[in-house]
Amino acid sequence: MNKHSNLYIIIYASILVIVVAAVLSIISTTLKPVQNKNIELEKKQNILHSININSNRKDVEQLYGKYIKASYIINYKGERLSGDAFNIDLRKEKLKSVEEQKLPVYESRLDNGSKKIIIPLVGKGLWGPIWGFISFNDDNNTIYGVTFNHEGETPGLGAQITTTDFQKRFIGKQVFDVRKKFVSIELKKAKSKSNNIHQVDAISGGTITSKGLEKMLQNCISCYEKYLKENSK
Amino acid sequence: MKNKEPLFSKNNLKLITNPLSKDNPITVQVIGICSALAVTAQIKPAVIMTFSVMFVLALSNVIISFLRKTIPSRIRIIVQLIVVASLVIVVNEFLKAYFFDVSKQLSVFVGLIITNCIIMGRLEAFALTNKPWLAFLDGIGNSLGYGLLLIIVSFFRELFGSGTIWGFQVIPECFYNFGYENNGLMILPPMALITIGVIIWIQRSKNKNLIEEK
Repeated sequence: MNKHSNLYIIIYASILVIVVAAVLSIISTTLKPVQNKNIELEKKQNILHSININSNRKDVEQLYGKYIKASYIINYKGERLSGDAFNIDLRKEKLKSVEEQKLPVYESRLDNGSKKIIIPLVGKGLWGPIWGFISFNDDNNTIYGVTFNHEGETPGLGAQITTTDFQKRFIGKQVFDVRKKFVSIELKKAKSKSNNIHQVDAISGGTITSKGLEKMLQNCISCYEKYLKENSK
Repeated sequence: MKNKEPLFSKNNLKLITNPLSKDNPITVQVIGICSALAVTAQIKPAVIMTFSVMFVLALSNVIISFLRKTIPSRIRIIVQLIVVASLVIVVNEFLKAYFFDVSKQLSVFVGLIITNCIIMGRLEAFALTNKPWLAFLDGIGNSLGYGLLLIIVSFFRELFGSGTIWGFQVIPECFYNFGYENNGLMILPPMALITIGVIIWIQRSKNKNLIEEK
């Protein structure tokens, strides 16, 4: 057949595309379970990290079983809903109106018997999504630990939200003021060590990421306001 | 029939050794720079990127070389792209399944292997006119040359930018106590360009043949 004829080109292209599509879909379906497992393990690692427990890929399942005692879904009024909290896609929930959002809550019990509530966070950074988890002490006000993650923030600047150094700054801060009003956490650009219990030093050079993080905390925790107040000790 | 050339004849080996030095894709041909900037902040992603590019380049070179007599020249670029793109997807899926952490770090850059000029460049310039074995060697050689540069650059960037090598702390704690600080600029893309620039400078000052005549 003439290599330059249109027919040859069309047949050639069609066969090529069909072969490639078949190969790719086979590979994709075979690897899918392993990939999903990875994503699940990472989420569990993140949840554990928010209560200051470091895990690796091998011991995460065991540690997760040991410390995370319960998980459930609530709505903005703090009422329990049925469903599996772990598989809720919070990013999709955030697109709905506040009344319809399904909000996951994780409960952990530490070695010393104290209970911590863990709340997932999702938001926007400078270049892409940021997310994380935040855990509270018994009073459901003082932050016990946080973990943040990002997809593509600037390395060395915005990406520093993943460093322990930055995340430690949140520990001990409070999201409700003395009159029980929700004030969230403000990220302040200040070199001087701020002693304000509702403020945290932002990342210098990472202003937009910091602002995004601040907004994420505000947006996500506010939905839990009622639940946190009602269940505090 | 003419004598068959041994698999690793001198000429064939040159396909591997030339790209390492005097025909290096990055410092001499100056292609594939974009990804060299992005993945060289640490050594580990640079090494993984090297292997990914090696896999894609060697295999796509071989496939295109096998197909070279059947590919209609009017759609040859499209055919090349399809082959490269599907190999890249294979690499990406594989990384996500077995090197999850690394795949997160490389994120979009694996996908961008498709647009890595080295790959299309070698397909056009070499694989379309040479036999599969030679094309394979050429692919390995060029990706090694690419990887060599990536690793050199990432070595310096990680050492001075984070004080670590392959994730291990090498600059002792006491240095920091005396006021030594990691250079944040090393982690940012501009320093990759400058480092590559310095390497090109050194290479050309050693090897005067590489300097273009005016």
